[in-house]
Amino acid sequence: MIEKKYLRNFKMLSLEEQERLKKTKVLVAGCGGLGGYVVEMLARLGIGWITVVDDEAFEETNLNRQLFSTVNTLGKKKALVAKERILEVNPDVVVNPILTRIEEKNAKEVVAGHEVVVDALDSIPHRILLEKVCEELKIPLIHGAIAGWYGQVTTVLPGDRTLSIVYKHHKEGIEKELGTPSFSPAVVAGIQVCEVLKIILNKGELLSKKLLYIDLLNQEYQKIELHF
Amino acid sequence: MIKVKLFATLREGRANEIDFEFFPGINGRFILEKLGIPEKQVSIFLVNGRDYSLDEPISDGDVIAIFPPVGGG
Repeated sequence: MIEKKYLRNFKMLSLEEQERLKKTKVLVAGCGGLGGYVVEMLARLGIGWITVVDDEAFEETNLNRQLFSTVNTLGKKKALVAKERILEVNPDVVVNPILTRIEEKNAKEVVAGHEVVVDALDSIPHRILLEKVCEELKIPLIHGAIAGWYGQVTTVLPGDRTLSIVYKHHKEGIEKELGTPSFSPAVVAGIQVCEVLKIILNKGELLSKKLLYIDLLNQEYQKIELHF
Repeated sequence: MIKVKLFATLREGRANEIDFEFFPGINGRFILEKLGIPEKQVSIFLVNGRDYSLDEPISDGDVIAIFPPVGGG
């Protein structure tokens, strides 16, 4: 019997697939604009274990876009707020908050043991570090990034090294000039979660060696095939 | 003819697509200079879907796509 709270996941997900999600551990690196939406959607899908890695606390400038930021959560650590929120949404999901930033010295230890990792970070050097560690541990990485009206998503399977190519000349992107509104993280996070689900269930076509470049100003969605 | 497609903020003050006359030796650096795009604004420079160095020669009929870096979370 499918649990009532998952009834609307059915029949897109079979009973076996729903059970499979319960046994899956996903790590979300960063719990800001992208990460908040990703954690919420993973929990509602029924992912059994979500590790949330973020060392920051919510501040007022987060209120325009970060799902878990409210006037009541200002000053609280983002990863701890995520745990509280998901307890209200789906208490069967284990949320494991880790109050740190993924750095060279701790990355392997933090990331090991997860089936899929989501890159919801806001720093290009840290994104590249995460790609390197995921490759070493042979864990797929779902990358998402935003800037103003624009966003991008790619699925980095071990060996793809897509981020090392895409960001080879850059330490920061155009978000520094364009800012980050409410809607682009929601769009990109939705596509990232969809990639996580397909990896776990081994179905559909992944964005491996493909970069989905999203232009919400002109509603253009470019799926770029990358041949590096 | 070489077709150059610009994306996101690189379109500001420019067309979305620009055609360049082919000549032997034409490369990415020449095209960026003609378009007035500083190299540091370019994240991905693709020629027919492949990552190219700006110094590699481009062939007649190639399609180029240029994207700025997007890195926010």
